[in-house]
Amino acid sequence: MYLKSPRLRDRWLVFLTSGVSFVLLFLALVLGNNQTASALPTPGVRVRAIPAFARKYGLPCSSCHEAWPKLSPFGQAFKDNGYQLGNERDAPIFQQPAYWPIAIRITPHWHRESNDREVLDDPTTPGGSIEQKVTTHGFDLTGMDILAAGTLAKNISFLLVPSSDSTGAFHFESANVRFSNLLGSSWLNVKVGKFELDNLISEKRILGLSSNGGFYQIYHFVPIGDVNTFGLGDNQLGAELMGHSKDDRTRYSISLLSSNDGNVGLPNGHGYDTFMTVSQAFQVGSLGVQRVGAFAYIGRAPTYYSTQGGGATLVDGFGQKSFYRVGLLGQWYIKKLDFSTMWTHASDSAFLATATPANADLPVGARAPVWDGGMIETHYSLNPQLIFINRYELIRMSRQALLTNPGNLGDIDALTFGYRYYPFIGTRAGFAFHNEYSIVRQRGVSLTGLDVTTSGLFFGFDFAF
Amino acid sequence: MSAIRTTAKCTLVLGALLILPFVSSGQESHIGKLNGHAGTGRELYFRYCWGCHGFHGDGNGENAPYLNILPRNFVAATFKCRSTPTGTLPTDKDLFNSLVRGFNNTNMPSWITLTDQNRADLVAFIKTFSPRWKTDKAGDPITVPAEPKLTMESIKHGQELFQKLECWKCHGQEGRGDGPSASTLTDSNDQPIRPYNFAAGSRFKCGSTNEDLYKIFLTGVDGTPMPSFGDVVKPEEAWDLVHFLRTLQVNHKSPELALWESTKEGAEQVASRRIKGTATGSGIQQ
Repeated sequence: MYLKSPRLRDRWLVFLTSGVSFVLLFLALVLGNNQTASALPTPGVRVRAIPAFARKYGLPCSSCHEAWPKLSPFGQAFKDNGYQLGNERDAPIFQQPAYWPIAIRITPHWHRESNDREVLDDPTTPGGSIEQKVTTHGFDLTGMDILAAGTLAKNISFLLVPSSDSTGAFHFESANVRFSNLLGSSWLNVKVGKFELDNLISEKRILGLSSNGGFYQIYHFVPIGDVNTFGLGDNQLGAELMGHSKDDRTRYSISLLSSNDGNVGLPNGHGYDTFMTVSQAFQVGSLGVQRVGAFAYIGRAPTYYSTQGGGATLVDGFGQKSFYRVGLLGQWYIKKLDFSTMWTHASDSAFLATATPANADLPVGARAPVWDGGMIETHYSLNPQLIFINRYELIRMSRQALLTNPGNLGDIDALTFGYRYYPFIGTRAGFAFHNEYSIVRQRGVSLTGLDVTTSGLFFGFDFAF
Repeated sequence: MSAIRTTAKCTLVLGALLILPFVSSGQESHIGKLNGHAGTGRELYFRYCWGCHGFHGDGNGENAPYLNILPRNFVAATFKCRSTPTGTLPTDKDLFNSLVRGFNNTNMPSWITLTDQNRADLVAFIKTFSPRWKTDKAGDPITVPAEPKLTMESIKHGQELFQKLECWKCHGQEGRGDGPSASTLTDSNDQPIRPYNFAAGSRFKCGSTNEDLYKIFLTGVDGTPMPSFGDVVKPEEAWDLVHFLRTLQVNHKSPELALWESTKEGAEQVASRRIKGTATGSGIQQ
């Protein structure tokens, strides 16, 4: 049968994928610069592939994930229904008492990172800086996720994700409770706590793991000099009202969020943001389910703080200034080939962009910066065991905060490509060999005002159990 | 030349690999204007279904030992939810609807999020597991006459039929699935099976409408002890039984229940049977 018997095909696939991997590895080692540095970023942890659900329901990973962690429409519907299949077997009372809804995910890997204009201390001039190409490579770890998720009772579900960085320092990536199907309607679901924004193109389920390719640039970009720390890809603290049709073709959500970019302890003191999404999916013959959607985030962030202990402790944020992110997205399927497309338009207050407290005067000529971002991500799922990935993002400043800035300062072009090979598809655990290359160029951001190019090559064994 | 030959071989093998998924076994399904193809259905089956139904469609997937209602054995080609007489093969539309609906109180979810074409392809592939699909034709769907007007007489007559046909032996006098025979029942897999508990749920095994209930009653649920009553009762009597069975669903609003509760006898009976929620948080209403 398809997965069981075609060993020849699997061997060929392994051969081909391994061959490509080793060629890339060889090129990296031969062409790479062997200088060492520790300042380069390490790959962040990715979350959201929860084999605890596979174990609970006996469904293979490939049911809910086109290629885990990327959700399939079935998986998206399962999530939107509060981690329930809806066949009256979702409540924990139907599970063996020993069932414990927990999974883990981590990725041991080898990676190579390169930055052609890293800013370093100048060994010849105390206090001075120099630019130099830096390349590091070696075996490494991602962070780890502990994924606890499931139902507390029928229509009451939870998600708890203690997540560590690669050093083992933990924080709560997600912690929320959800009340589903209120008043018996799939259009009324409420979630409270810390959660991922209802991004249909989910950064938590991104099919990239490298330092550059493991996140969406357009979710996190802010202009050079901007002090706004907000990122659309960051999990946020708040409450979400979400609804969907029974077949999940129509979806909406609206969230009220604390203006703290998901950080606990109210570091920004007070303030609330709003996030809204709406999307509609439709069938196009035998091509698959296509989806179009839109989103808008309207937020604000403080420009100065009241402090304690001589500025050591931030107590409350003042001078809140606004920012927004709006966008359109599409998910287009041509059978096994699919494209995720996204366009964003964004702006920050001039105060945020120039790091000016709201009770001070703006620099002469300062204005709110505006930028646009675009992305196209392509996937080709040869079968549930092998997926090829390609992503291109661009960000273009259309208005700089300061007139003295070059028009293209901070513009980004990012390219990522790779593949994931799943040697087996099971109902208990997930395992993937991940190979990826990514390269990012940002305009004019080096110490001397030149472009900075960073690249990463990644080979990893991604597993979740 | 050797390198060229090797390259050519690799190209051929790679090409074959790319084409392989599109090779169809020939079986098709037809649901309205949809034509399902087994070749595509096979890919979908091995993405979604094999964990329970198994590589060979025999209901012996790696997860099957942990399920207390075993997955359908497609090799046996015995299907519960049909519009066709008992013992016959279902129509493609019946299988398609099962995929849309899923099965309550089992691990089989609704696959409504798949496209219509996906489901049609899956139906075509499911039909490749048993030779019955080559030798037998699907049965002719039973005729479902228009539902007569709901009356108290209809409910009362249905109540009499419930006794006469001894439905209570399995389903219990209150329809809770706790009749005297309930504990002895097994399905075609020799697994214990519990009769439907009308008091607990709103959705039946094979649908949620009165017409679905009528069909269940007339076609039976093959592979379970629930027989077909097609040769025993007349169509109008079957509708009477449907109307009465709705009154046993004391936690599900329906015109039949409302009419039944409008009488003193019905109101007292429903009140005594209805238990509102539970404090256990289990989501189960008994």
